[in-house]
Amino acid sequence: MISKQHLAFLGVSLAALLCAPMLLKTYGLYLLTLWLVYVIAALGLNLTVGYAGLKSLCHAGFMGVGAYTVAIMMKAGFSFWLASPVAIVICFMLGLVIGFPALRVQLHYLGFATLGFNLLLVLFFRNEEWLTGGTFGIQNIKRPTLFGFSFEGNLAFYFLVLTVTIISGVLLALLLRSPWGRAFAALRDNPIRAESTGVNITAYTLMSFAIGAAYAGIAGALFATLVNFIEPAPFGIANSLLFLMMVVVGGSGRFYGPVLGAAIALLLPEVLRDLKDWYLAVFGFVVVLMMIWLPGGLLSLREALKLSKAKRDAKLKTEGAV
Amino acid sequence: MPDFLQLLLSGVATGAIYGMAALGFTLLWQAAGTINFAQGEFVMLPAFAMLIGMSFGLPLWASFIVAVALSILVLGAAFKNWIVDPMRGSGVVAVVVATLGLSIGLKSVVKAAYSAEPHPFPSIFGDEVFKLAGVTISYSDVGALVFAGLMVFALQTFLNKTITGRAMQAVAQNTFAAEALGINVKRMIFYTFAINAILVAVTALLITPTYLAKFDMGDNIGLKAFFAAIIGGFNNSRGALLGGVLVGVLENLAGAYLSPAYKDGVALVLFMAVILVKPDGLLGTPQERKV
Repeated sequence: MISKQHLAFLGVSLAALLCAPMLLKTYGLYLLTLWLVYVIAALGLNLTVGYAGLKSLCHAGFMGVGAYTVAIMMKAGFSFWLASPVAIVICFMLGLVIGFPALRVQLHYLGFATLGFNLLLVLFFRNEEWLTGGTFGIQNIKRPTLFGFSFEGNLAFYFLVLTVTIISGVLLALLLRSPWGRAFAALRDNPIRAESTGVNITAYTLMSFAIGAAYAGIAGALFATLVNFIEPAPFGIANSLLFLMMVVVGGSGRFYGPVLGAAIALLLPEVLRDLKDWYLAVFGFVVVLMMIWLPGGLLSLREALKLSKAKRDAKLKTEGAV
Repeated sequence: MPDFLQLLLSGVATGAIYGMAALGFTLLWQAAGTINFAQGEFVMLPAFAMLIGMSFGLPLWASFIVAVALSILVLGAAFKNWIVDPMRGSGVVAVVVATLGLSIGLKSVVKAAYSAEPHPFPSIFGDEVFKLAGVTISYSDVGALVFAGLMVFALQTFLNKTITGRAMQAVAQNTFAAEALGINVKRMIFYTFAINAILVAVTALLITPTYLAKFDMGDNIGLKAFFAAIIGGFNNSRGALLGGVLVGVLENLAGAYLSPAYKDGVALVLFMAVILVKPDGLLGTPQERKV
């Protein structure tokens, strides 16, 4: 099942995540929590993009649906623990509704359909003031409490998000190891062959897309309670593209790819803060270069190096033979 | 009724411009299998090139010529040689992500270098309007329509009547067979990229007076171009124009009679409706899947 190395890696990471808050100030802890929220969303997108091979460009939109659902329900007096499952279910259903027509036809079309849908969602958030507060957004979203224990404090909330992240990660890992996960991969690698071995293509692609959307819903629910204030901007197309970049830069179709990608996407602006507006330009062009030289993402670096070494050796051999 | 006719005409004019961007998009897809998610930014760049040209005192037409030349050089040759060619064999997803990265990069460069403010842009046909049977018509609408129509007609003639054009079509239909027949495939693919570069420069010239020159003006244009291309039929050049006009007219009418706030959602709804009924687009022909 899990190798010893992998177990050790997991243990060290968990210890680091448990100890990290002690070393961090408020802003650092906020970034760390935000990173975990992004990781949940990116894990879901990785299922859609990396394992099932679909291009989804609406992830920030789904996250927005999750965030707004929770914010609106909590403002109406419902508890977070009721609102967030509702948010997840709504995202899942929306995934089915958007995915169905596009996937029935052609895989590429999902990219366009989702991009347009994200645009529509932002218009909805911005224009339906009676429900979403329009451009002013919704303010003072409270953090959840459970059995009288409040997650209001930053540290307590961090541990809540960490727990949810771990549960989401484990569930995803289990899903990927199940026959379902194998079917997703089969579908990405060769849809027609998968179909001929009895995999119902439409159902599985649709499921992978909808489950990815549900993960975005979880992330949205946590995002709304983390920042306490939501408005349409963070859920726009630009951030959907950013999520796709996270998955691809980290290594799509690799379990830890989005974890790394989300860290880069969050930390890069902090590191390149002096560049101000130019940092996104750097980011964009780095992605282009990476797709040219390392299309498998950062986590494929080792294999790519091995491959190029093997190629070089083979070349040397043939040259020697001549 | 005059209102309706006015909306219809300006819709057709905007739509014809969408159609041009869509046309370049489908040409790239057919000839090189490239889905260019930066097509909107490819329209935005020549607009800024023209602005810079005019800030040096060049008249609009002269800066347009400079913009076309730059566009062929950068958005045609450099894009093909430095980005698309090295990625041959990495699959469609890698190209999609690379062009998405390119789109972010280009937008951010313009934003950082040229501020996030929209810049006014003169119309090459002037701002005057005239009245015909109670309908107010602007010269820029008519001009855009005529210009776009001429471009598409010229392109169709070139593709169908000249040897080079037919060779390009052959490459688009079957690269291997075209190569076996002695067609210089690489050159034909370059021509396709060059034609796309010209099309985006013309699109920029015609649409920027209404959209204003802004770093993110390409978001909307790019999205409309994708939808127009698919609605019309991804593998049919005339389809792109039809799709563009449909999108332009319907969003104008929906904006006026249904809800101005959701005008930009019309293209998505139309796209969903069309692919449910006719998956290959209105004028497209079915494509076979490859195992």
